[in-house]
Amino acid sequence: MIELSHVTKTFNVGRSSIFTAVEDVSLVIHSGRLTILKGPSGSGKTTLMTLIGCMARPTSGRIWLRGFDQSYTGDLGTPEEVETSGLPERFLTEIRRRTFGFIFQQFNLVRGITVLENVMLPAYPSGESHGAFRRRALELLEMFDISRHAASRVDWLSGGEMQRVAIARALINDPGIIIADEPTAHLDTKLSREFMEIIGSFKSSGKTILIASHDPIVFESPLADTVVEMRDGRITGTAGIP
Amino acid sequence: MNRLANRYRNILDFALSSLFRRKGKNLSLLAIYTLIVFALASLMLFVSAMKREAAVILKGAPSMVVQKMAVGRHDLIPLRYAAEIGAIRGVGEVMPRLWGYYYDSLIGANYTFMVSASLADYPEDIIIGNGIARLRNLAEGDIMPFNAPDKSPILFNVRRVMSHESELAAADLILISEKGFRTLFNFPTGYATDLALTISNPKEVAIIAAKIADRFPDTRPIPRSEILRTYDSIFDWRGGMMIVMLSSAVFSFIIFAWDKATGLSAEERKEIGILKSIGWETSDVLLLKFWEGVVISLSAFLMGVIIAYCHVFFFSASLFEHALKGWAVLYPRFRLVPAIDPYELAILFFLTVVPYTTSTIIPSWRAATADPDTAMRS
Repeated sequence: MIELSHVTKTFNVGRSSIFTAVEDVSLVIHSGRLTILKGPSGSGKTTLMTLIGCMARPTSGRIWLRGFDQSYTGDLGTPEEVETSGLPERFLTEIRRRTFGFIFQQFNLVRGITVLENVMLPAYPSGESHGAFRRRALELLEMFDISRHAASRVDWLSGGEMQRVAIARALINDPGIIIADEPTAHLDTKLSREFMEIIGSFKSSGKTILIASHDPIVFESPLADTVVEMRDGRITGTAGIP
Repeated sequence: MNRLANRYRNILDFALSSLFRRKGKNLSLLAIYTLIVFALASLMLFVSAMKREAAVILKGAPSMVVQKMAVGRHDLIPLRYAAEIGAIRGVGEVMPRLWGYYYDSLIGANYTFMVSASLADYPEDIIIGNGIARLRNLAEGDIMPFNAPDKSPILFNVRRVMSHESELAAADLILISEKGFRTLFNFPTGYATDLALTISNPKEVAIIAAKIADRFPDTRPIPRSEILRTYDSIFDWRGGMMIVMLSSAVFSFIIFAWDKATGLSAEERKEIGILKSIGWETSDVLLLKFWEGVVISLSAFLMGVIIAYCHVFFFSASLFEHALKGWAVLYPRFRLVPAIDPYELAILFFLTVVPYTTSTIIPSWRAATADPDTAMRS
């Protein structure tokens, strides 16, 4: 479970261009469920997800991570709970690598290298043997039916194939939480529905999923457990299981 | 320990494939880098090998040479000086030497004539250096004509051609009998070119030099160490001149490498953001950039040094010989004894590998310390 308490994120503090992207957000995201952050562009969805995914720290407020494997965080918290909002960078990186799998709007694949290398990227600094994570990456490519492209450069793939490579990459370290930012923005209706099917399989395998989207295929999906509506950095409504 | 080794190996693995995808850019950088290291290493190896060679040759040279001076120039020395200098305590043997230069207008080269006691019984014979034999197309048994100062021709038989091994020191050398020498140059009797002294205790050399200078104010004693120093300065000067000539190329490379190393393209910056967002630490990104820098600079260093080694010791520095060996018509052809000075190699390493690797890390460090959420927004 992820719990946010009065979280605010302000950019350019002390300058004339000061801007508050997320303001006083309190939210609980339950384990094993699909939570959708819904709202127009600029509503603060992406910023909120970067805070939850340990990519940035909130300006104020606290974020707790509960019920996940946090043995690697040492004595920073109890095995059941760790407060991520105040952790030093290296612990945040470790949590980000082991707990979260990210699927970005633009896929954010590294161009010029192969599909297989892209999938293996998050595992390189983990210290695991190359053979072990290579095997896992090949299994994931097989699972998403793109193993024939393993040795191809990502530049040659279609949008849907790139999306699947990005999903495989998000799963390479077997994270407990999947975070996806506007994952269907560059996909047509058929590919968007296929994506939601994949999300459904994650959900049934017990993963926690958080998606930011303003695509009806996503937020109107029967798979969604909770839909959190945002506008101007604030939560304006919550539907589904609270 | 195993995890740490895996982490280094995995990141190195990615660094290699990362370099490979910018093949054209990185290969051209590697080629220019290798060329610069090759030029500098060639100079360094050649100059130090020549100095070492000169030191070896001068080991057999006399402890001291005494020349007579007249109006600030080298003059012929009367043989009576030899007896008086020989009487100074500490001086072993005093050997009057007869040598001189001969300009061959036919090919525009200077020969060095030196009297050899071994030819005392053969006044019409000479032994010539390999360089002269090559240039004049002479062999054993041939006749070599010379002109005396009064232009009258004098013929000598080539008794022998010196071996190839002696070419560094003897390419332009002609050994001759005393009689033949005095006839050819119309050299006055009772005089020598200079005196070669043997001093058994090297600590006494300076004192004996001072005594000679005091008793014979018109002479100049030259200890062996001074001759060696002169050779060193000549090769250092030639090496330095080459470095000045090469400096424009070196500076162009530095600007090119600096630009390549310090400026991160928007794509590289984005990549660093992606790596951070998928769980790479700042130190992982720096390790990646470190490996990239090391692979380029170390490869260039090793290839440059190996090519330079072959160039200097197997091909006698053929690219630089005109600048480094001198400007004579008679170039000695020789192979230097292969040797590497680890100290000089370390200096070259620190001047080439370290600055490049460091300059690749700094801009990456700036990009890698930024929040990874920039990748989410790109």
